[in-house]
Formats: sequence, C-alpha cells, structure tokens
Amino acid sequence: MAEVATEQQILDGLAEIIDEIVGIDKAEVTPEKNFIDDLDIDSLSMVEIAVAAQDQFGVEIPDDELRNLKTVKDVVDYVQKAPAKS
Amino acid sequence: MSKSQTRVVVTGLGATTPLGGDVPSTWSALLAGESGVRRLDWDDVENLPVRFAATLKVQPDTVLPKQSLRRLDRNQAIALVAAREAWTDAGFAPSTGGKPQKGMDKAGVEGGFVVDRDRLGVVVSSGIGGLHTALNSYDVYKEKGWARVSPFTVPMLMPNGAAGHVGIEFGATAGSHALVSACASSGEAVGYAIDMIRTGRADVIICGGTEACIHPLQMASFGSMRALSTRNEEPERASRPYDKNRDGFVLGEGAAVMILESEEHARARGARVYGIASGAGYSNDAFDIVLPEPTGSGQAKAMQRALADAGLEPSDIIHINAHATSTPAGDVAELASTKAGLGEEAASKVVITATKSMTGHLLGGAGALESIFTILALKEGLVPFVANLEDLDDEVDLDIVRDEPRKLPDGPAAALSNSFGFGGHNVSVVFERAL
Repeated sequence: MAEVATEQQILDGLAEIIDEIVGIDKAEVTPEKNFIDDLDIDSLSMVEIAVAAQDQFGVEIPDDELRNLKTVKDVVDYVQKAPAKS
Repeated sequence: MSKSQTRVVVTGLGATTPLGGDVPSTWSALLAGESGVRRLDWDDVENLPVRFAATLKVQPDTVLPKQSLRRLDRNQAIALVAAREAWTDAGFAPSTGGKPQKGMDKAGVEGGFVVDRDRLGVVVSSGIGGLHTALNSYDVYKEKGWARVSPFTVPMLMPNGAAGHVGIEFGATAGSHALVSACASSGEAVGYAIDMIRTGRADVIICGGTEACIHPLQMASFGSMRALSTRNEEPERASRPYDKNRDGFVLGEGAAVMILESEEHARARGARVYGIASGAGYSNDAFDIVLPEPTGSGQAKAMQRALADAGLEPSDIIHINAHATSTPAGDVAELASTKAGLGEEAASKVVITATKSMTGHLLGGAGALESIFTILALKEGLVPFVANLEDLDDEVDLDIVRDEPRKLPDGPAAALSNSFGFGGHNVSVVFERAL
C-alpha cells in the first residue's frame, strides 16, 4: 500500500473480508462489534479473516496479537498502527 | 419379520447424483435409462488413461452459499444437500441452515415435526473422504507456505467430516458415525443405522453415504489398477454390467441419504413410510486387499446373514440391486455368489438390476444410493433396467432386467442391495415393501 489506509478504508476492507469468508452483511460490521459474541465468528474463521486481512492491508498479525483482537475496532486500530510487512 | 425386534422403516429420501439433483429427478432418469457419465474437460485430461466420469448433474455451488462451501469438502457439501432433502421429505421441520440455534433442545424449527435431538443419530459414510481438500491444500502449502493453508483443512479432509456436518445441521446428539469400508461404506452405514434403532440408541437416524473424488489422481490411480473402463470414445456407454464387452467401472460422485426411523416413532407422527429396512448381513473375505475371494463365499455369506437378520427365507427375495460395477470378473462372480447365497432355485426367480450402468460407481455413496433405488423399486413395483447391456455375457444365467423397466408383482416383497468393497468388506441390506 502506497499510503496508510484511513480508518474507514480499513473498516470497509475488513467488512468485505468478513462477508466473503463468513457471509455476514457488511452493514453488521461496525467498530464496537465483538467477533465472537456479536458476530458469532468462530476461532478458525478468525484465523482465515486474519490471514486475509494481512494480505489486504500488508501487515503482520502474529497469533499472540490475534488473541487480543476481540472487536472490529481492535483490528482496525491494530492495522492502522502496525508496521508494514517487510 | 424377525424375532421381537423393533421394526425400522424408511421415511425420507434424499440424493444428489450424476442423474439429478434430487431423488425424483434421479429416479425418473434411471427408469428412462439415461447415463450420468460425461467427458472430463480438465486441462491435463489427455495425459490420463480415462477421460470421463459420472459427474454430478447439479453442482453444490448452485445450492449452498459460498461461505458454507469454503469450509466443506465437496463430499461434505453434497452430503448436506442430500440430507436436507431427506429430512424435509420425511416431514421434519426445516433445518436451521448449518448451525444449531443456541439453547435449542430440539432439532429443527417451526413448520414440521420436531425430533428429540437426543433420540436423533447420524451414520454418514465416505469411502475416501476429502481428497480434493487434501491435494489442493498441499498445493497451497507448497506455493504459499503453511500460514496460507486453510484452518478448515483437517475437518474438510477427514472422512467423518460429512457425518459431523450433518449432525450439526440437524442437532443430532444420539451419536454420529462414519463407517469406512471403501465401496461397502454406505451399505454398512444403513446396516449400522438399523442396529442403532433396534438397540434403542435412537428413534431416528439420518444415514447414507457420500463421495466426491473425481480428481486426476483418482483417474490415474484407479487407472493404474486397470479397474476403470477406458471406453474414452463413448463414455455414456462405458458402464455396462453383464455385457460381453464390459471393461471396468466408471468412477462416479454423489450423495444419498435416508431417514430411518423406528416404526413406533414413524406411526406416532403419521409419517409416510417408503418401506421397511429389515436388516443387514456382513462378511469379510480375508483374502486379498482388492481382489474378491474367487469362490464368492464371502459375498454369499453376507446375503445369507442378511436374510437371517431380517428373519426372511431366500424365496422371499424377489429383487436384487447388484453391486455389479461392470468389471469383467466382478459381475459374474456376484451372480455365482447369489446362487450360493440364496440357492439355485430362489436365485433363478430374482429380478436383478445393476444401476451403476447409469450412475457410475459412487464408491462410498453407492450402497446408500442403491438402497434408495431398491426401496423405490419395491414401493413402485418397477425395477430399472441395466443400461448398455447389448450383448449378454454367456456366463450370465440369472434374470437380468434388460431394455425396459420390469414390473414387480403386488403383495409381500423383499429385496437385497449388495455392496462389496476393497479391503474384503461384503454387505447386503434387506428391504421389504410396506403393505
């Protein structure tokens, strides 16, 4: 990515990934939503989503970090702050 | 009817096959003698000894959402398609669409009969399992590394995956099983389901089999065994059991699922009964990992044990859906073992068909699909004919249905569905007409 994506761009991109992988409507994917409790996404699907997000946003999300990303906002914030993958 | 055993009845049917995306379309194509065998259009197909197979008529991606398909191997996806048809056909409430509802203590939702999920079981077999997943995932690993391998790879490639998904779909908690015995797998699944109901473990079982392994590796590996027909110039005529010019089986894919139910449970809810699942008999050749035991004594024993399990005499059997895969040795050997199993006199009166002439060989899906055909033949009094049977093998001396479907007489009737698998597994399942 040439420039750092905006919060809205990351949110849109993430919503698209979630729709593609687990079929949740993009409008449902709002910052405060918890992946497990609100969106009913299981842990294996989270792995798939994380891999797709890494590819799309060019960042690394190690397993240790993934465990702490509980809401949509957590991921958006992480992607914004994360160093670009070398 | 045998002893004082619980009677098991068939109350729902479902299938997706090379002939159709459901049971009614499959059955009418079968009676019309249509072929489900098609040319393969793969890029590398010219490198293979066999360039055709009995592929599905209706693709699962036209029925299931793409998000479900991401985590289902093809064999699992089609098992779900067949299971949903069987489930609604039995008059049960529609499934919750892939996920049990949280806190739900009964299977199903409004709009139909609700089953106690602790009395609902699953026996769904696959002979091979998730071959496509295993091979495709290995390609991903080699090209992109381990982190890009789908986290669903293991549940997609395991052969009990289809049983697991069917159990989740319908909330079946009595038990879930996946008997693996190559081409005998889903015949054994039906037999095991009968036993689960008889022994009181469940009132209702979703049982059947599924297979989807039409992949270049299978064409190469079955081809290397010289097991497949190589009639590449006319694929739809390649599967021809009992014909002098048969030269091997045609690989097929598909899923077939039945709802088996205790008679008491079915009667209590006023279910339509297709027929009676009267019993099953098993044997093991203990001879060779792929070749059938040459005297056919193993196959004969399976048929005899099936009759004993059902409490029937050889003379009660009026129809057999034969295993007959269109291999030079296998088809006639099965007829010899049929005579040994039933006795010459009874065997000579049996109306025999070989529906693999139209569906190809569904391996782990074959026993369940042919069980459905056997039940429908008894119920409708009509046996499909063997397609492509032009020049009857001189060694065939039993009554094979040719040229057009054969009417069966009215009244009490019983039939066998035979399945034999690599590994030495022989199973024969008995069905009776519901009167």
